[in-house]
This record gives sequence, structure tokens and C-alpha cells, in this order.
Amino acid sequence: MALVEIRDVYKSFQRDTQRIDVFTGLTLDIDAGSFTALMGPSGSGKSTLLNLIAGLDKPTRGTVRVGGEAVSEMSASQLAAWRARHIGFVFQSFNLLPVLTAYQNVELPLLLTRLSGKERNERVKIALDVVGLADRADHYPRQLSGGQEQRTAIARAIVADPTVMLLDEPTGQLDAKSSQEVLALLQRLNSEFTKTIIIVTHDAHAAERAKMVLHLEKGDLIEKPRATAAAMR
Amino acid sequence: MKYFRLVLANLGRHRLRTVLTILSVALALFLFASLRSVTTTLAATAQFGGARRLVTTNATGLVFPLPLAYGNRIKALPGVTGLSWANWFGGKYGDGKRFFANFAVDAESYLKIYPEIVLPADQRDAFLKDRTGALIGKRLLSQFGWKLGQNVTLQGTIFPGDWTFTVDGVYTPTDPAIGDDVLIFHHDYFDERIGRAGIAGWYIVEIDDVSHAPAVAKSIDDLFRNSSSPTKTGTEREFQATFATMWGNVSFLMSTIGLAVVFAILLVTANAMMMSARERTGEIAVLKTIGFSDRLLFALVMVEAGVMALTGAVLGLGGAKLFYPAINFNGLGFLPGFTVAPSTLIIGALVAIGLMLASGLAPALRAARLPIVQALRHVE
Repeated sequence: MALVEIRDVYKSFQRDTQRIDVFTGLTLDIDAGSFTALMGPSGSGKSTLLNLIAGLDKPTRGTVRVGGEAVSEMSASQLAAWRARHIGFVFQSFNLLPVLTAYQNVELPLLLTRLSGKERNERVKIALDVVGLADRADHYPRQLSGGQEQRTAIARAIVADPTVMLLDEPTGQLDAKSSQEVLALLQRLNSEFTKTIIIVTHDAHAAERAKMVLHLEKGDLIEKPRATAAAMR
Repeated sequence: MKYFRLVLANLGRHRLRTVLTILSVALALFLFASLRSVTTTLAATAQFGGARRLVTTNATGLVFPLPLAYGNRIKALPGVTGLSWANWFGGKYGDGKRFFANFAVDAESYLKIYPEIVLPADQRDAFLKDRTGALIGKRLLSQFGWKLGQNVTLQGTIFPGDWTFTVDGVYTPTDPAIGDDVLIFHHDYFDERIGRAGIAGWYIVEIDDVSHAPAVAKSIDDLFRNSSSPTKTGTEREFQATFATMWGNVSFLMSTIGLAVVFAILLVTANAMMMSARERTGEIAVLKTIGFSDRLLFALVMVEAGVMALTGAVLGLGGAKLFYPAINFNGLGFLPGFTVAPSTLIIGALVAIGLMLASGLAPALRAARLPIVQALRHVE
């Protein structure tokens, strides 16, 4: 059974008097342990799809299931608790809290759990170690480079061991070297830690790191999911 | 507790703004406590007065004296067990910048009728025997650095000339409303210096039974109804209340100013909180994405407002409570026993809680209701 099941999803927005239909009956499955890249031009619905999977937004019609749970049916408070347990989200512009250190930023999702301070400390250290920033724990975001900020954001996304990681253009604001570091890290998380990863990207090189690429255009999948070279390795 | 670090981190985001907001809350509550304490002190003074003491003044007004000859006629009335009299002197000491009340009294009867004025027996005897002696409240001793036995010269304002008295005794009032910064001296000496005018500012009449107060007051006033100086007699409490009434409009004004100040600060605080929440629109959306619930974010913003309001309250109310006793404040003698009452502290704390609710509610609701996707669109 697929980890993410999207069934006959419609999504439309109202802008002034105009109704914009993003999805008109989208159906899609994403397997557990996969590394999927969502590609497509601006306005094709990539980020909207990511938001629907994360439970940040609701479909106008249809169902979104993740790990067997109907995300689209949940209330706001149920969604908050569900996201805390199952979703690790990474933004294009990192979105670390500037008043917190890297350590404190990574610890944020764990504050929502029942873990003790000691357990949280252990988990944060592991997460920072995985992304290679154990020595930057006490640095504030302004003291980190863009690549380091994004790796901190990834540590924040993985620290609570979520069911699925969702990344919205994670290399969009990074230079080539940092992009490669981040993508290598994502590949490692997928292969070594079997994390299910869904990444929205415009970058063909980034997409090549994924095992599966989905092309969206005007809310439709314009070709069948395509396995990449990374999937062959 | 694990979220408190987040609250503190947010408060530390704009330290200067946070400090200024807390200080404005503190200042508002300090002013509130100060202005309300004027009102409560006046009210407490108005409550002062022995139940068995009446005060007789000139019916025309307090500034007009009564003939000293009235004393014996009042004393002869049924129900009257004691009598004393006093006269406002209004002298100033030194440059006169530090005002204190001073008046001439019929010493022996006055001390008898006011057991609230407590002083050592030897000092009492020394004062009674010394025609140019004076009794002073203990505050004057520390305020001017006077010593027992020292000569003190007052410049008369109503009754001109230099008036030199010997400090024969220092009293401690058992009732704060009586004031511990008053100088009293012998009426006999006063009368002699002004040429035996034979005047008394007011009479203090002790009666045998509280229930006889209206009847005795009426018989005193009836006695002088057709004289050149008709009298007005009431209980001492009523007499004190007339002073308080003179301050009545001031009290109202002060209460109004106090409330206006608190309201103005409320707007400042609410504005600071709103600004702070608005600046963090993106961060709140990120926290929601991570899994922070609407309720939790609402609580965090409210706690932030609470920390600022309550810190301000502790500084403002605590400051007022400690400051006035430290400087021995008594409103230049017009507010004897000035104190920040517990009721003022309680109301101040409630105002602080109100401030917290009013200033935190709007940004907290905004944070809780923030649509994530829309908010993220602003930051992404």
C-alpha cells in the first residue's frame, strides 16, 4: 500500500472574483521509502500538492491519505498533532527562528512530545550530527551560512523521526556547492535511514538525485512517474 | 516550562522595545498606585475621629475664629465631659519649602482629649510647664534634624513675627491620620503674643455617650445661634470629612488621571504586542507547520504579554509600596499616614492582568487564527 494516497483531488482558489482551479481530479500514489521529486513550471501546483500532503491546506474535494490516515478529514487541532508526529517540512528560505540557536531550532518539534529534557538533548545532538553541524549547535542562524541554515532546517525536520519529509525547493536559495551538500544529505537520509522524501524543485540536477520524478503542469501529471538514474543505482 | 525559553527568546528579540514596554507598564502602575493612594489616604483621614469627640467651628467657615469665651459655656452644657481648643497658626520654618502643620492648642486639655498623641511622661510634663515650649511629631525630628531641647523659630504668616519655641517633647501618634509631622504649642502663649484677642479656631468637645452626639451638637449650636459668631458642630469624623471634601475634586481628578494614564499605556503596550506579533507572522506559520497547535500559540503569546505586564506590575506597584515609606512621604503634611494600601496593590494587580488580557488577546488570537498557507506565502 502506498504511503501517500491522493484520490480524485480538486483544489481551487478564489482570487477576487476569479476562481482558479489548481487540481481537477488528481490521483497519485507515493510509496514509503521513496525519494520523489515534483517538477513543473510555476503555478503548476507543486507547492499546493506539498501543502495538501502536509495537511497545511485542504482539498476542495477528494481525499489525501498519509500512512492510512485521512489528512483531508482532520480538524485543525488534529492536523497540528498529526504534523508534529508525521511530517518534517523544509522550506526554501530555511525559516529558522532567528532568536533561537541551531540547537534550539532543532529542538522545537521535540517540545511537542513527551520526551524528557535529556532525551530531547540526545535526539537533537544526533540530528545535528547527521547533518554535520554538531559543532554549530550554539550558533544563531545569522552566524550560519545558507547551506548550514538549510542543513539545520533538515535536522529540525528529521529530529522527531517523521513518517515523511516534505521539502519545498530546498536548494532554491543555495549556491551550487551548498546545493550539492544538501542533496547528498537528502540522498543519505533516504538510503541509509529509509526516510520517505518528497521534494519540490525546479532544478533538474536536484531532481536527478531523486528516485522518482513527477511532472506537473496546470495541476495534471503530464507523464507517468519516471524512475531516475539514482533509482537504478 | 519547556516553552518558557521560547517566550524569553521572543521577549529578547527587541530588548529595548521590551524593556521600554515593561517600564511604561511599571510607570503607569506606579502613577496609578500613587494617585489612588492620595484618595485612600484622604478617605482614611476622613474616617479618623474619636466617636465621643465633636468639633465646633464658626458656622461661616473654618477660617473665621470663635470667641474664647464660648469655652466655659460649652463646658457647662449637659453631656459635655471635656473641652479643648486649637488655632491654626500657619508658621513656616526656614525657607518654608518643607511645609508642616503647626497650631496653638490648649495643651493640657488637648493632650487629655487626644490619647492618640503619645509621648514620654517627662517630656509631657516639661511641655506643660514651658509656656514657649512645643511638641513635635517624630517625623519633624528626622526631617529637620532637630533635637530635644533645641530652639526652633517659625515665621508667622497669618500672625507676623518670629516665634521661637523650645522642643520639649516628641510624640508618636497611635493613629496615622493624626499626623507625625505637626508642631503644637501653647494657645496661651499664642493669645498673649497676638494681644489677647481671645480667639479659638475650633473647639474639640468630648461627650459622655456617642448616642448623645446629635443632641449635644444641637444644644451647642442653639446656644450661639443668635450671637455674632454662630457655630457649626459635628462629629470629629464629619470635621475631617470637610477637609477631605475640600480635596474631593482633586481626588476625582487624580482617579481620572490615573485611569487615563493606565489606558494610554494600555494602548502603547497593545501596540507593541501587535507589532511584535505582526513581525512574526512567518515564524508563527513555521511553528504551525512544525505542529504547534493554535491553542498553544495563543497561550505562548498570552504568556509573553503576561510576563511583560506582570514584570511591569511588580516594578510599578512594588516600587510605589517601597518608595513612599523610604522617603517618608506625607504630601507636605497634607497627607498624614500616606501609604499604598493593600487594596491599591490588589486593584493594581487586577489592572495588570487586565492589561495583559487586553494587550495580549488581539495578537494571540491573530497568531492562533493565522492561516498557514497564506502566511507562508509572505515569507517564502
